[in-house]
Amino acid sequence: MKVPILEQGPFLIATVLSALEDDELLELRTAVVERVGRCRSRGVIFDLTALDVMDSFACRTLRDIATMIRLRGARTVIVGVQPEVAFAMVQLGLTLDNVETALDLEEGLACMSAKPAAAPGHGGP
Amino acid sequence: MHVREAGGSAGPRRPVAEDIRIPVESDSDIVAARHRGRMLAEQLGFGKTDQTLIATAISELARNIVLYASRGEIVLRQETNGESSAVTVIARDAGPGILSVEQAMREGFSTSRSLGLGLPGVRRLMDDFEIISRVGHGTTVTAKKWHRS
Repeated sequence: MKVPILEQGPFLIATVLSALEDDELLELRTAVVERVGRCRSRGVIFDLTALDVMDSFACRTLRDIATMIRLRGARTVIVGVQPEVAFAMVQLGLTLDNVETALDLEEGLACMSAKPAAAPGHGGP
Repeated sequence: MHVREAGGSAGPRRPVAEDIRIPVESDSDIVAARHRGRMLAEQLGFGKTDQTLIATAISELARNIVLYASRGEIVLRQETNGESSAVTVIARDAGPGILSVEQAMREGFSTSRSLGLGLPGVRRLMDDFEIISRVGHGTTVTAKKWHRS
């Protein structure tokens, strides 16, 4: 699997290891949403350090996954978005609105542990 | 319909190598096409940020082919012009074509829910952008990024 999902205490950590095809992104969506229930996780961290391109499909799928995780009662933090990926996303007009982000895995775990699940955003799009 | 936006220099161009052609008809071709584009940009001395912009543009254009035309091709062309070199990405298909290119180039316009922004976004990622589409005959998008050494 290109995105191993590891249990770390009450959290799940999904690490993207290489470029993902659309099918693999959709598989990840199914796998994570199922694991949140099975592991009774309070949050999921997506580590995108190794992701070299975020296009509109990947961005939309990640937003969908975060929304589904929230509906399952857990939080999502996206970490490791590289500077050039962030630049390309802004140029393309892509946003991860209503999804929490942190610099790296360490910050993401700190962010998860720091405060209890608060609903991000105000109603959403 | 024909929209032309030329931002780069218009001097004589000199192709320095053969075109790279990547057939596009599935999701995996999208990843392959953007990977080749990044490799080519790196060979030509583009920095990591430009490599990422080019790869992202290829991803969007290849996705348009798969979504709207089922199949087509991405052609990667390198050229030099004095001190400058450039990567040109040509996304070509014989699909249904775009009814209104002007509308397709408008911010926020998309005929498919799965496409966020599409063509206006690609235009922002690259330096030069041209789209030629004929209903019933297909669409060709040509997008170029310059590297000034």
